[in-house]
Amino acid sequence: MTTLNSSSAGSIITGIRFSATLIIVCGVIYTGATTLVGEQLFSHQASGSIIEKDGKAIGSELIAQDFQAPNYFYARPSAAGYDPTGTGGSNLAPSNPELREQVRARSQSIQALEGVDANKIPPELLAASGAGLDPHISPQAAEFQAPRIANTRGLQLNQVKALIDEHTEGKQLGLFGQPRVNVLKLNIALDNASMKNENTED
Amino acid sequence: MFEIILIMAIAVALAYPLGRYMTGVFSGQAHFSDRLFNPIEKVIYRCIGINPGVSMTWKSYGVAFLLSNLVLGIIAFLILKFQHVLPMNPDGIGPLSWDLALHTAVSFLTNTNQQHYSGQAQLSYLSQGTLIVTLQFVTPAMGLAVCVAMLRGMVGGRDEKFAKDGQERDLGNYYVDVVRGLTRVFIPLAAVVALILASQGVPSTFKGAQNVETLDSQSEVTEQTIPVGPVASMVAIKQLGTNGGGWYGPNSSNPLENPTPVSNAVETIALVLIPMGVVFLAGGMVRRKKFGVMSFVVMAVFSVSFIGLTVYSELQPNAAFNELAAEGSNWEGKETRFGPELSALWGTLTTQTSNGSVNAMHDSFNPVGGLMTRSGMLINGIWGGIGSGFVNFVIYVWIAVFLSGLMIGRTPELFGKKVETREITLLGSLIVLPTIVLLGFTAITVALPALTGNSNPGFHAISQVFYEYTSAFANNGSGFEGLGDDTVWWNISCVIVLILGRYLPLIIPLAIAGMMAKKRTIPTSKASLSVESVTFGVTLVAVILILNFLSFLPAAVIGPIGEALQLASLGVEG
Repeated sequence: MTTLNSSSAGSIITGIRFSATLIIVCGVIYTGATTLVGEQLFSHQASGSIIEKDGKAIGSELIAQDFQAPNYFYARPSAAGYDPTGTGGSNLAPSNPELREQVRARSQSIQALEGVDANKIPPELLAASGAGLDPHISPQAAEFQAPRIANTRGLQLNQVKALIDEHTEGKQLGLFGQPRVNVLKLNIALDNASMKNENTED
Repeated sequence: MFEIILIMAIAVALAYPLGRYMTGVFSGQAHFSDRLFNPIEKVIYRCIGINPGVSMTWKSYGVAFLLSNLVLGIIAFLILKFQHVLPMNPDGIGPLSWDLALHTAVSFLTNTNQQHYSGQAQLSYLSQGTLIVTLQFVTPAMGLAVCVAMLRGMVGGRDEKFAKDGQERDLGNYYVDVVRGLTRVFIPLAAVVALILASQGVPSTFKGAQNVETLDSQSEVTEQTIPVGPVASMVAIKQLGTNGGGWYGPNSSNPLENPTPVSNAVETIALVLIPMGVVFLAGGMVRRKKFGVMSFVVMAVFSVSFIGLTVYSELQPNAAFNELAAEGSNWEGKETRFGPELSALWGTLTTQTSNGSVNAMHDSFNPVGGLMTRSGMLINGIWGGIGSGFVNFVIYVWIAVFLSGLMIGRTPELFGKKVETREITLLGSLIVLPTIVLLGFTAITVALPALTGNSNPGFHAISQVFYEYTSAFANNGSGFEGLGDDTVWWNISCVIVLILGRYLPLIIPLAIAGMMAKKRTIPTSKASLSVESVTFGVTLVAVILILNFLSFLPAAVIGPIGEALQLASLGVEG
């Protein structure tokens, strides 16, 4: 065994070589290897879970879009304006009067749009999500919007509800997750259903 | 509720074998992992230019730790300042200002990952994917190394058997401990987690951002840019290494960083896995498994009660939604795929472990939830940061040993090593340090409104400021993110708090352990205080509570407690 002495701590040169070596091991080898293997194994997920329609990229499964047209389901409010590069939450505290004002405005416009009382609105539809890009709403929040969708699209209410059921994601591995509906996928399915209806009517 | 229990059960079930494995890695005995890792480590030692056989005293160990931090910090600052002229910058991102670069370098160097920039928008792939990832690996490994050295010192060092009383002891080799932690613990675990995350939808590519045209033509937002990159590899070590600095601004609430319930479960488990494992490692290192179990139970008591209170808090309605929506939980700042319960679980664990990543916005938590998250950071020893957390816990243990010794009229000692005036003076300085730093900086910042940059009024404004400094001192890194914190004042004052909060609470206990190591070992007798008993565990809980109540109760009253009372008194308002 080597004896203990004060010079065993190493020098500045040791520090530089230590830093450089670990940058190569962790920052280059680890990052490069895991990223490339991940990309090879899971190419769809690894590049942003992009959804294509007729060969055109129309969104990411994981990113909410802003739906204004009354014949679409809308997603949860976004403090980031649904911009994935400006992602963020409202960061307003429950005690902040500004939050109260925002929620009041949202509540009033939904009351007018859906023709319901405030106490029927699922709170998540008035609450900005954490990152402003939440792609999901709960099945209850989807059913809440179903009558309007059926009306504007000329579809049966049952038809819309069946689509919601079909697009409700359950527990992963039978263990993890609350029931949720991907708004973008549901709206794409709506468009397809409407198109089929028109075709059969022709 | 079921998922909370399931996630915690899996975490404990994995942490125990991990702790045993790490004990093997750091005990210095031959280990089954040697065959695979020895040849790799030999190359690394040669690149660094060290002799792995060299032993260090606590002083050399501490100097090596500080020296390597200084050099790594300077390199980090330079890369961040000059990222615009360095390679791997496909999105053409500019340099950081000097104060932001300094804050970012120190923040990641201290295993804090407090972010005053917004991830993907302000950092190049080189800065994020290479530099930040390296710091996220190396800094927890450094914390673990110092913790392991302290534990060796607590039982007299590696040469206890043949060293003379009063002789400086061998606490191991700093560089070897860091490298072994990296190659045998952090890198293999992170690689597994990174691939699981990639399978769930966390981007894993070196390509640039993807552009899409959105579905609804009536919306004003008809185009989206989906930022991607080598995200999965970074998120894995961000979670495992009690780092917390995410790729995207809002961290793991962003669906690209945490896309599914499974990714959320994996990231939550990764958050506590190594900190929990270190508790079992500690029992192994001091060759007293029951001490590990006692420590685990004390931490679990705190952890579970905090989780319970936070979950309860977030299942309550948000006061701002009163009469504007159906009755329900507090959904502001939370994601549908996690819901309030799993957001509260994460919020509690991330502040206890000094991780600081989030999957929901803590600023919008109900006041009790906000109180629990900051309490976790103030105690800073319930699981805690990797290495640093258990070191903090040992500070509480030494104080509890000293107090119990006084109460029963025996010489206070731990594992046969006396705790005397010199040690207690140093411990005392560590107790008052956070009080002075946190309350002092909060007072200055709140007194000068031009400095604060609050997004919220009233009691919550004080909470925002206090939370930011607490998060810096605890090397946590989470924030009440509404704060406008990219200013020279915030950057520089946080740099000071970060440095004080990282290095003093690691170096002083290392010194205490080094000084105690060379003392004569008192043989255990019936009269010795048993630190493995229930009585001692209860004393320890009381010590932790009392110290923190005395230090921070007034600050809590003008923060979350005041806010809760204010919301309650508003009652039903139109």
